[in-house]
Amino acid sequence: MLHPASSWDWQPGERVVLDSTGCPAPHEWQEEPYVAPDGETFGAAVRLEDGLFTMCVNGVPWEASFDKLWHPRFGPDGRLIAIVQQDGEWTLAVNGEVWPETYAFMWTPLFSLDGAVIATAIQQDGRYGLCVDGTPWDTLYENANEFSLSRDGQASAAVVQTQSLAAADIAAFQRGVFSVAVNGQVWDKTFVNAWTPTFDAAGQRVAAQVRLSLYDYSIAVDGELWKQNYACVWEPRFNPASGAVVAPVRIAGSWGLAQDGQIIWEPVFAQCWQQDFSRDGKTIGAIVATGYGKFTVAVNAKPWSATFPVVTDLVLSADGKRAAALANEYNANWRVVVDGQAWNGLFDMAWKPVFSPDGLHVAAKVEKRNRQTVLLDGKPYKRDFEQVWEPSFSPDGAKVLIRARDGGKYLRIVAQATDF
Amino acid sequence: MGIKDRLIEDVGLREGVKRLTEDKIEQVVQTVLKGETGARLAAYSEICMRCGLCSEACHFYLSHDGDPSYSPVGKVQQTMAVLLKKKGRVSPDFIYGMAQIAYTECNLCRRCVHFCPVGIDTGYIMSTVRRICHKLGVTPQYIQDTAHSHSATFNQMWVKEDEWTDSLQWQEDEAREEFPGLRIPLDKEGADIYYSVIAPEPKFRTQLIYQAAAIMNAAGADWTMPSEPGWDNSDMCMFTGDFEMMGRLKRKHFESAQKLKVKRIVMGECGHAFRSVYDMGNRWVAWKMYPVPVIHSIEFFWELMKQGKIKLAKKYPGPVTVHDPCNVVRGRGHHEKLRELVRFLVDGPIIETASNREHNICCTAGGGVINCGPPFKNVRLDGSKAKAEELRATGVKTIVAPCHNCHGGLEDTVHRYKLDMHIKFLGDIIYECMEKPS
Repeated sequence: MLHPASSWDWQPGERVVLDSTGCPAPHEWQEEPYVAPDGETFGAAVRLEDGLFTMCVNGVPWEASFDKLWHPRFGPDGRLIAIVQQDGEWTLAVNGEVWPETYAFMWTPLFSLDGAVIATAIQQDGRYGLCVDGTPWDTLYENANEFSLSRDGQASAAVVQTQSLAAADIAAFQRGVFSVAVNGQVWDKTFVNAWTPTFDAAGQRVAAQVRLSLYDYSIAVDGELWKQNYACVWEPRFNPASGAVVAPVRIAGSWGLAQDGQIIWEPVFAQCWQQDFSRDGKTIGAIVATGYGKFTVAVNAKPWSATFPVVTDLVLSADGKRAAALANEYNANWRVVVDGQAWNGLFDMAWKPVFSPDGLHVAAKVEKRNRQTVLLDGKPYKRDFEQVWEPSFSPDGAKVLIRARDGGKYLRIVAQATDF
Repeated sequence: MGIKDRLIEDVGLREGVKRLTEDKIEQVVQTVLKGETGARLAAYSEICMRCGLCSEACHFYLSHDGDPSYSPVGKVQQTMAVLLKKKGRVSPDFIYGMAQIAYTECNLCRRCVHFCPVGIDTGYIMSTVRRICHKLGVTPQYIQDTAHSHSATFNQMWVKEDEWTDSLQWQEDEAREEFPGLRIPLDKEGADIYYSVIAPEPKFRTQLIYQAAAIMNAAGADWTMPSEPGWDNSDMCMFTGDFEMMGRLKRKHFESAQKLKVKRIVMGECGHAFRSVYDMGNRWVAWKMYPVPVIHSIEFFWELMKQGKIKLAKKYPGPVTVHDPCNVVRGRGHHEKLRELVRFLVDGPIIETASNREHNICCTAGGGVINCGPPFKNVRLDGSKAKAEELRATGVKTIVAPCHNCHGGLEDTVHRYKLDMHIKFLGDIIYECMEKPS
């Protein structure tokens, strides 16, 4: 990684990065701010007085400005991107420098795990696909969606439409005109539908949900179908250690998990999705509903006893010994639930929990009465803010990086356990 | 007269029944009845007294001079009652007629529930008939195409991902000419409002997005629209009976809102989508209620009015009449808020149709009927005669109808019955009358 967390400033304390979050250059308006993972850089789109757009980064506008600019985001390596339009053509600006390639439209930027590779969805001359670091697939398609990039960025995939459909040609649709293209090359088989192509850890294999008729769902791996069909399936995931493919499947109105076509969690749940693995692949967690309106988390098929109307954002610790998720009552009274126990406190909103690398600590961003803060192992940081971004742990797990905006300033805080 | 006397050719129905055998039909019907229905259907079939009081509720019955084959109980007797009596062993030809009744002669408007002494929900029974038709592969061509679109693009009109975002940016540009500084904020995390629409808006009613942006801008709303799929709250799969896809659509919609950490979803002026988000789709997924609150535009605009956030430069010239969309009035009880809002916006009285509020007569387009397309247009318009007569009797020129399907249906009705009326969305009137920069 170009800029790993180990190289960030982990000196405890609070530092004002920007005394003023407003862009000093004359502008008509400033849009929502974004901050780099290491907390050192604060950027926001601004509309300049000449009607053009640019990014203002730590108080300094990019040299280039554009007719349109949207989707500013920092990548994992701290580079700031934005989708920009100039003279009617779209491209990606990376730290203010645009890719030489331009397209009729561009959307959905994807980063490799380390941020070194950036892919985006593109449309050119009515054909659709992906480009990787600006270079388009050799083959573009009638349509493409459900875009995916491997962890190392060396492979990309999408669901593609392999032939045109006449208006309302339901027979042709049901014969199957959709498939998955990997690096632009389409699988041999076509399907009625395909969704959520996903790579294995090495970026060598791809699994996707497929619909074989209006009624038969299955999982395709590198274009080969599981032998079993189901009433429905959700997103497959590769076991990071064994390479086995695991997907939620629906049988006789209930959900369980299947691995390579064999049931590994009996279909006893009213819902089951968002399965996740420990690093060694021995632990599987998933969001499940043990009954109608009773959502919780199951770890290795065993559900937590506490249930909630809604559960989201499941995460397992790397060693698989712990699990955390968010629970809420129809978007109110959010709780952070760790290992089946809800932390104290109800919040107006909460964000996905983060485990320390050693799995000993959990942090989460929360909001109450329009003020935001970070919780560490259930305890709030000693103050709150207008806005915080999601926390990160130091590699040793002992410190928490809090990136915060308050009182017109942008702050970078390295907090220790005693600060909570 | 029965369904055999009025069959209409449709390639989806015709090709579907060609693939059927009685064995196949029996197996599918039994699977659905045993696996997906329970006490509710059994109770309805047991307690219906065949009293016929539901007949006067149905606009198809009223519009066909009291032909009992169009009455709710008559339609049940020609469909589900036969399936139950014969334990699913019926002919392919029977399925053709059954599908035509369920998809094109019942709007699932549920007016008949109010007329039934024991509260039988014929809409539920017809939905179950449609579910069986879907499982048999016998669905009208055009609505099936919208279901296909939903599955391939997560919107009902084959809108591609670039077309969606480009439409929003286009409308933002246009609106910015009139309202300097206006934004349609894309993917704004933590916004109070996630504004969702249905695919006809980017496809051919982009002025509604413009108007919504103008209203949000004037109200100072903290809002966003998603750039990625999930933005279409509509659900034709609910109407074809493809409940697996219905659940997939609702999961996508709500996860899109959850990902953006919004407080609530405000939906445009659509009726059926509301049924999908709070009743059908969410429940298939196993959520008892919507996981993110969904506020229909009627309620949202009413809220803006109450909070003084809609400032009018003028009032819309009345009188007007109000059309109550089934799914947000009978389904949600928004009829009084709708009228309070219309009184605020309009200079002149509301002239009510003879049937109004929760007893309003359906537009005859909803429930997916208009989506069954040209083969069934005349059936639909024949069925809207009762509605047309009530509208004509108001003597007004303007119908306020806060629902897309109602709009489409009422436009056809106004044309067919030469009503000399025009139809307005609430957003049309608010935009027309709101204060704007000079």
